[in-house]
Amino acid sequence: MELLLFDAFNGLIVGFFYALMALGLSLILGLNSVINFAHGGFMALGGYLAFTLVPVIGFWGALILAPFAAAALGILAERGLVRPLYGRDPLYSLLLTFGLALILEDVTRSIWGAQGLPFAIPNFLNHPLSNVYFFFTGYRLFVIIVTAIATATLFATLRFTRLGICIRAGNADLETVASLGVNIYLLRAANFALGILLAGLAGILAAGQLGLTPTMGASLIMPSFVAIIVGGAGSLIGSLLGGLIIGVAAGITTAYFPAASEVVIYLIMAVVLVIRPRGLLGQEGLFE
Amino acid sequence: MSVEAAETRERIRAGSNLASRGGERLGFAVFAAILLLAPFWLPLVGSYTDLGTRVLIYALAAMGLNLLLGFTGGLSFGHAAYFGLGAYGTGLMLRYAGPNMWLAVAVGVLLGGFAATLVGPVVMRRRGIYFAMITIAIGQMFYFIAVRWNNFTGGEDGLTGFQREPLTFPGGSIVLNGPRFYYFVLFFFAIGVFVLWWVLNSPLGRAMVGARENSRRLEFLGVPVERLTWISFAISGFVTALAGSMSALLNNFTSPLDLYWQLSGYFVIICVLGGMRNFWGPFVGAAIYVVMQDYASSLTKNWLSVIGLMFMLVVLFFPRGLLGVLARRRSG
Repeated sequence: MELLLFDAFNGLIVGFFYALMALGLSLILGLNSVINFAHGGFMALGGYLAFTLVPVIGFWGALILAPFAAAALGILAERGLVRPLYGRDPLYSLLLTFGLALILEDVTRSIWGAQGLPFAIPNFLNHPLSNVYFFFTGYRLFVIIVTAIATATLFATLRFTRLGICIRAGNADLETVASLGVNIYLLRAANFALGILLAGLAGILAAGQLGLTPTMGASLIMPSFVAIIVGGAGSLIGSLLGGLIIGVAAGITTAYFPAASEVVIYLIMAVVLVIRPRGLLGQEGLFE
Repeated sequence: MSVEAAETRERIRAGSNLASRGGERLGFAVFAAILLLAPFWLPLVGSYTDLGTRVLIYALAAMGLNLLLGFTGGLSFGHAAYFGLGAYGTGLMLRYAGPNMWLAVAVGVLLGGFAATLVGPVVMRRRGIYFAMITIAIGQMFYFIAVRWNNFTGGEDGLTGFQREPLTFPGGSIVLNGPRFYYFVLFFFAIGVFVLWWVLNSPLGRAMVGARENSRRLEFLGVPVERLTWISFAISGFVTALAGSMSALLNNFTSPLDLYWQLSGYFVIICVLGGMRNFWGPFVGAAIYVVMQDYASSLTKNWLSVIGLMFMLVVLFFPRGLLGVLARRRSG
C-alpha cells in the first residue's frame, strides 16, 4: 500500500511537469496555430540556464530569471522563424519547430555535455516532511506549490488582464481582434513567450527532481502531447487535467507492472480518442 | 484556388503518367537504367552499394508516406512506427521462426500495415495539425512497446541475433551478398512503387487528391472523405512497412530508433525536400538526405544541428521542394 502511494505520488509530481508543458503547448497551439515541437528544447534550456545561473545568483534568483531568459529566446525564435510562416500550410510551421527542436537538443549537448548533470536544490527542501511517508519531501511539496501558483497566475492573467482578454478573444476570432486595432503579431509573440515561460519553469522544476540531460526535452514532450489530446484541444483546464491524469496513471502502473508505465499513457489516449474523440473537455468540432 | 488546382492536376499528370508521353518515357527509362546499374557506377564515383540500398529504402518509406502526406493531405508525423514495425516483424520472424526470407518480409509488411489500418479510424476524422499530433503520439506507443518488451524485442539495445538468410526458390537458393541484396531490395522497391503509382492513377487516387484540395466539396458529391483518408493511411502504412522490413535485412539489426518520432520527422522532411506534390519527389529527397547523412556524419558530430538547419532552410526558402521548383520552371 505504501509502495502504491509512493508510486502514485511520484506520478503526480511528473504529472505536474506534463501539465506545465501541456499548458504552454496548448496556449501556442491555440493562438499561434503551431505545434511547438521545440517546446521540449526550451524546457531543457530553462533547466540548463538555471544550472548555470545558480552559482551566480542562487537558486531563488535562477528560479525567477531562467524562465524569462528562455522566454526571451522564445520571442527571438517566434519573431525570426515562426512568424514568416503564419497563414501558410500548417505543415511548414511543424517542420520548422521540429528542426528547431533538433538544433536546441544539439546545442544543449554541445554547451553542457552529453552526460547528465545533477541540479542542486536548497538543503531544507531535501528533507522528508513525514517519517511514515518518507517520499513526501519538501521539494515535492515545493513543486506542487510552484505549479499551483504558476497555473493560478496564468488563469488570472487570462481572465483579468487586457493581454489575457486579447488572447482569449484571439482564440475565438483572430480576424475580429485584428480589426479592432490589436496588433496581433505582438499578441502572438507575447502568447508564444508566455508558453515558453511555462516550459522554462517546468524545466527547472524537473531538473531538481530528475536531473539534467540533453534529451530531457525530447522525452517529456510526447506525454505533454498526450496530455493535450486526453484533456481536449482548445481547453487549458483540459490540458492541466490531462497531464495530471496520465502522470498518476503512469505512477500507479509502475507499482504493479513497471514495464508498461509508459505504454499505459498512450493506451489511455487511444481509449479517450475512441470513446470521446474531442478529449475530456475539448471543444466540439475543433480540428475536425 | 481553381488555378492552383489545375496546376496541381498538371503536376500530378506530369509526375505519374509516366508512359503517356515520349519525353517522360525516355526519362523513366534513364531513371530505371540508373537504378539497375547502380552497383556498377556507385564504386566508380567513390561510393558503395549499401549506400544505394539505403537510398532505395528511405525513398520507398517516404514515397509510401507521401501517398498520405502529399496526395491525400494527411500530415502524418508517425510513420516511423510502421517503418519500425516492418523492421521488427521481419527481424523477429528470422530470429524466432526460422530462416524463411519470404515469410519474414511478409510478416513485417503485414505487421506494420495492419497497425496502420487499425490506427486509421482513430485519426481519419481529424485534419491539419491535430492529425499530426495524434499520429505522432500513437507512434510513440509502439516505440515504448519495443523498448520495454525486453526479453522479446531486445529492449533499448535493439534486436540482434538474426541475419539475412539465403533466398530460397522451388529450384534452389541465392545467397544475398553485395549487389545481389541491392537487386533484392530494388525488386521490392519496384513492387511498392508500382502499387503507389497504380493507386494514384486509379479513380481512388483521383478522389484522394480531391480530398486534399477540397474535402468539403467532395463530401457534398457523396465521396466518403474519411474512408478515403483511412484507405490512404493503410496503403501508405503497408508500403512504409515494406521499407522497414528491407532496412532490418540491410543492417541485420533493428533499433527502437527505427520507431522513434524523430525518424517520422525525417521522412516528412525528405518528402518536402524533394517535392511532395510530385510522385518522384520523395525519391530525390531521400537521395539527398542519405548522401548528406553519409558525408556529414564523417565530418561532424553535430549531425542533429545539420539536419535541423536543413529543416529550417527548406521550410523558409524552398517549400516547394526540388522537383516542385523544376516542374514550375518548366511549366511557366
